[in-house]
Order: sequence, then C-alpha cells, then structure tokens
Amino acid sequence: MTDSSPNNTVQPVLPGLRRYLTGFVLALVLTVIPFALVATGSLPQTQTLLVIAAAAVVQILVHLRFFLHLGISTTPRETLLAIAFACVLIFIMIGGSLWIMFDLHQRMFT
Amino acid sequence: MTAQDRVHSAAEGAANADVYEERTLGFWLYMLSDAVIFALLFATYVVMAGNIADAPSPQSQFSLSHAFGETLLLLTSSLTFGLASLAQKANRPRLLQAFLLVTFLLGLGFVLMELVEFQGMIAAGASPDQSGALSSFFVLVGTHGLHVSVGLLWILVIMSQVALKGLTAPVSSRLARLGLFWHFLDIIWVGIFSVVYLPGVLE
Repeated sequence: MTDSSPNNTVQPVLPGLRRYLTGFVLALVLTVIPFALVATGSLPQTQTLLVIAAAAVVQILVHLRFFLHLGISTTPRETLLAIAFACVLIFIMIGGSLWIMFDLHQRMFT
Repeated sequence: MTAQDRVHSAAEGAANADVYEERTLGFWLYMLSDAVIFALLFATYVVMAGNIADAPSPQSQFSLSHAFGETLLLLTSSLTFGLASLAQKANRPRLLQAFLLVTFLLGLGFVLMELVEFQGMIAAGASPDQSGALSSFFVLVGTHGLHVSVGLLWILVIMSQVALKGLTAPVSSRLARLGLFWHFLDIIWVGIFSVVYLPGVLE
C-alpha cells in the first residue's frame, strides 16, 4: 500500500492529481444534473426520481473509485470482502425494512 | 503511540507497513459498520417521512439552493483533502497543512450551514419533537453533521501532529485513515441529498 510507505520517499504526484480532479468533475456533474432537474421540473416526477437514484448510485461509485481508490486488483481482498458483506447487509436491512413497513401500512389502511 | 513515533529506522519501517495495512482494514470495518447505522437511519426516514402529525412537514422546510450550497462545500472539501493526501505523498508538510486548513474551513462552513437550517426549522415550529417525520429527519441529518464535526476535530489533531512531529510514518498513516473517513462522509451526504432533500423538494 502506498499510503503506508515510509517517509522521505517522494512519489509522482501528477497521476494522483489527475485522478482527484476527474473524480471531482464527475461528482460535480452527477450532482448538478439531479439538482437542475428538480429546480426546473422539466421531467415528470417519476422520471426525475429515477434520474436522482441513478445519479446517486453512479456518484457513489465515482467517490469509491476516485477518492477512496477502491479497485478490484489494488484493494486487499479482505477489505473487498468486508465491503461486499456490508453491501449485502445494507441491501437486506433497507429493502427488508421498507418492504415490511409499507406492506404493513397497506394492510392497516385498506 | 508515542513509542511508535520514535521508530524511524528503515528496517522497522517495513515491519510497520504490515501494521498500517491491518489498521486500514480495521478502519474499513469501522466505516462499514457506520454505513450500516446510516442505512438504518435512511430506512427509518423513508418509513417515517409521511408521518407529519399536525406539525409542518420537514419537506416543506427544505431549500434547494441551501442543500446545493452544502453539497458544494462538502464535495470541494473532498477534493482539497485529496490534494492534502497528494501533498503528504510529495512530502510537502506546509502545502499539506494549507490544504488541511482549507478542508477544515469548507467542512466548518458545511456544519454552520446545517446549523442555520436546523435553527430556521425549529424557529418555524418544525422541531424534532413535533412529529415522527421531523424526528427521523433530525436524527439522520444530525448524525451525519455530528460525524463531520468529529472529522473537523480530527483534522485539527492531525494538523497539530504534523506541526509537532512532522510527517513521520505513523502520522502519515493516521492522515490516510482520516482521508478514508472524510471521503466516506461525502458518500453519506450523496445519499442524504438524493433521499431526503431532492425528493422532498420535488413533492
């Protein structure tokens, strides 16, 4: 891991700089698109929500790749496994909670 | 930690690299469990968002431009933190301190904007004790704000360590973990404006 390399070793900075700037511009674009859609109301509500969701998912991937430097081959396997496990947990907990609560809501009020 | 700071020799540096890699994994485990907490707070907010009782709904209090301003501050602070990590890799402590200071100020601006928003909501009668929707809103956004505040404190600690100890291997490794934390908070914020603010304004 480059982060834990001993001090006094000067590493090339330009590729890293290009990386952070790419990530920043991508994240900025993926932020401006949903905000602009909501501000102008140029799409129907359902489509706007879909664009918001898609932009959020892509932006999270951009952050993981360009800011947190995640890579299939560069990140240690234990870290990747832990991330995959957390994703499964989060999916089950968010999906499960919403499924149960909205199903319950429907049964109580219809 | 102070005993470790004194370890400088190259031979021990290689052995330390393993220790720092382990700590990075450990920090990832902490962040992922934190992500699980946020996931549950998000689920709670989505379930509760309609339960507004007789209070003003949180959605009626949102300002798109305010949320956009907060987003820009946090996103820019992620970039400046990246530049700080590059300054550390290039072994330029003064540049590193400058970027950390800019990151700190941007993060402070974010927290202050959030406090202004909370204060305005409470003044308008939309305080957390008024409805389930407001409670879950304040808990979700407030927990994120608290994390950013702790991150600000951590930036100050790292800045003083760089000033006092210089860019030693332990300080650099702590800086790397702070970077993970700071970028992680920006990811949570992407979730907050996409789940809370944008759909809320859209309604």
